Amino acid sequence: MLLIENITKTFFPGTVNERVALNDVSLQLNTGDFVTVIGSNGAGKSTLLNMISGKLPIDSGDLSIDGSSVKRMPDYARAAYVGRVFQDPMAGTAPDLSIEQNLALALRRGKRRGLAWGVTHKRREFFREELLSLELGLENRLKARVGLLSGGQRQALSLLMASFTQPRILLLDEHTAALDPQRAELVTTLTESIVAKHHLTTLMVTHNMEQALRLGNRLIMMHEGQIILDVDAERKATMTVPDLLAEFAKIKGASLDDRALLG
Amino acid sequence: MNAALELGLLYGIMALGVYLTFRILNFPDLTVDGSFTTGAAVAASLIINGVPAPLATLAGAASGAVAGLVTGVLYTKGRIDGLLAGILTMIALWSINLRIMGKSNLPLLREDTLMTPLRDAGLLGGAWSILLFAVAALVIKFAIDWFLSTDLGLSIQATGNNEQMIRSLGVNTHRTTILTLAISNGLVALCGALIAQYQGFADVSMGIGLILVGLASVIVGQAVFGRRNIFLASLAVIGGAVIYRLVIFFALGAGLNPNDMKLISALLVVAALLLPRWGFLKRIPSLRQMRSAAAVKPNYVKAN
Ligand SMILES: Nc1ncnc2c1ncn2[C@@H]1O[C@H](COP(=O)(O)OP(=O)(O)OP(=O)(O)O)[C@@H](O)[C@H]1O
Ligand SMILES: [Mg+2]
Repeated sequence: MLLIENITKTFFPGTVNERVALNDVSLQLNTGDFVTVIGSNGAGKSTLLNMISGKLPIDSGDLSIDGSSVKRMPDYARAAYVGRVFQDPMAGTAPDLSIEQNLALALRRGKRRGLAWGVTHKRREFFREELLSLELGLENRLKARVGLLSGGQRQALSLLMASFTQPRILLLDEHTAALDPQRAELVTTLTESIVAKHHLTTLMVTHNMEQALRLGNRLIMMHEGQIILDVDAERKATMTVPDLLAEFAKIKGASLDDRALLG
Repeated sequence: MNAALELGLLYGIMALGVYLTFRILNFPDLTVDGSFTTGAAVAASLIINGVPAPLATLAGAASGAVAGLVTGVLYTKGRIDGLLAGILTMIALWSINLRIMGKSNLPLLREDTLMTPLRDAGLLGGAWSILLFAVAALVIKFAIDWFLSTDLGLSIQATGNNEQMIRSLGVNTHRTTILTLAISNGLVALCGALIAQYQGFADVSMGIGLILVGLASVIVGQAVFGRRNIFLASLAVIGGAVIYRLVIFFALGAGLNPNDMKLISALLVVAALLLPRWGFLKRIPSLRQMRSAAAVKPNYVKAN
C-alpha cells in the first residue's frame, strides 16, 4: 500500500556541507504493517518520514500510496492519507485552542473545511468517547486550553488526533522521546492499542531497541541513509537486543555497543 | 464626547480587522494604513459618481479585501517577509488611492451618504446614533465570533497558533493566510468607507499611522477587558477602540492638537508593550510573544 522506490535525498548538494540523508532507499509496506525503525543519529529516519509526509521534497525516486504516486503532492494534501505525531509534544496541537477544538480540526483531516460549526453536540459526544479510551480524564476537560496540559497529555492527544480518522499511514517519530519514562510508557501503551484498534499501517521511529523488538510486526534498521536490516515478524519474535546488536556489527563489520546505536 | 463614542464604535470595525491579523493569525499586517484609505477613496468616488451609498460602501470594503489578498500572495507565494509584504502593498496603495480619487481630497458634503439620513433626522451626536453604531459594530463582532468557530475559522485560528500542526492535518495554510488578510483588510476598508461618509470627505492621508490606532485598540482593550475566549476578546477590541477615542478626546480637551495624536498612539502602544515586562498589569497580552511567533513563521512557509 505504501511503496517507496529508490528515494534519494541530499541536503545542501554541491556545497561543503553536502549531506546525503537518504541513499537509494526502497521500502514496501503492506496494509496493517506496524514497522518499527531504529538507527543511529543522523541515519536518515526522520528524513524518511519527512519524505512520506511531504514535509520535504524528494530529490529522486518515487513514492506511492495505494498505487498512485504522491511524490508531487504538497504536505497538506498528503495529510489526507498520512497522520503524524512529532517528537516535540508541543508540535502536534494548537495550545491556544481547546481540547474539543483541536479534535474538531483533526476530525476534518483531508476534508473540505466550510462554514459548519466546528464543535457540534454530536461531535462533542464522539470526542468524549474517544478521549475516554486515553484514560486520562480529558473527556471531562473538553473546553480546557490544550496549552494547560502536561507534555504526556498533549502527546496522547496528538496521537489520538493523528489516528482517530484512520489515515492510511501513521507516522510516529520518537513520539515518546521527550517524555519521562512513566509517561513514555503510557503513550507507548496507547500507541499499541490505537494501532491495533484501527489496524493502522504504521511507521514508528524509536531509539529504544527493546521497544522496537516488542512492538509491531516488522523492524527495519537504518544507517547512513540506507536500510541495512529488515526483520520480519517471525524472526523478530525470537530476537533479543544482543542479537540485534550482533546483526548490526556483522553488517557494518565493526563492533558497536548498545550506547553507540542508541546514539 | 458623543462624537468620540461614535468614532470609537466606527473605528471598532477597523480594530476588529487588525485583531484578526495580529491576534488570530499572528501576522503583523501593515497593509491597513493603505487599505483604510482605499475603502474611503473607492466609496467616496463612487458616491460622487452617483452610485448608491450602500453599494459604494460595499465596493470600498471589497477593494480593501483585494489589497489584503495582494499582501497575502506576496507573503505566501512570493515568500516575502510579512512586514515587508504589508509595507509594499501599503506604499503602492498610496499611488493607487490618488488615482482613484483624482485629487488628494474628495468632499462628500452635498452627496447622499449612509450618514445623510442620520444627519437629516438630527440623530448624529446623540444617543440613537451611538446605539445604531454600537449595533453595527456588534453585528460584525458576532459575525467574526461565529466565523472563527466554524471548521474554516478554526483552521484559521490554528494557522496562527501552530502552522506546522494544522498543515499536518491537511490545511493549506497559504490559503487560510490569504483569506484572513483579505477579510481583515475588507473590514478595515469598510471602516474607511464609513469614516469618510461620517466626516464628510475622503483624504489620501487619512490612513497614515492607522495601524497604531488598531494595535492600541486591540492591546488596550484586551488589557482592560481580558481575552479569555473569542467572545470576550473581540468585544474587548471594540471597547479598546472606544477607549482610544476617549483618550484622544480628553487629550484634545487638555490642549493638545490633532497633530499630536500620532505621538499619543505610539506612546500608548509602547506603554502597553513595556508595562508587562515590569511585572504589573499581567493581563496585557504580550506582543513580544506574538512577535517571536511571527518571526518563526516564514521558516515553515519556506520549508514548503
Ligand atoms: N532540514 C534539514 N536540513 C539540512 N540537513 C538536514 C535536515 N534534516 C536532516 N538533515 C541531515 O540529514 C541527516 C539525516 O538526518 P535525520 O534527521 O533524518 O536523522 P535521524 O535518523 O532522524 O537522526 P536522529 O536519531 O538524531 O533523529 C543528518 O545528517 C542531518 O543533519
Ligand atoms: Mg530523527
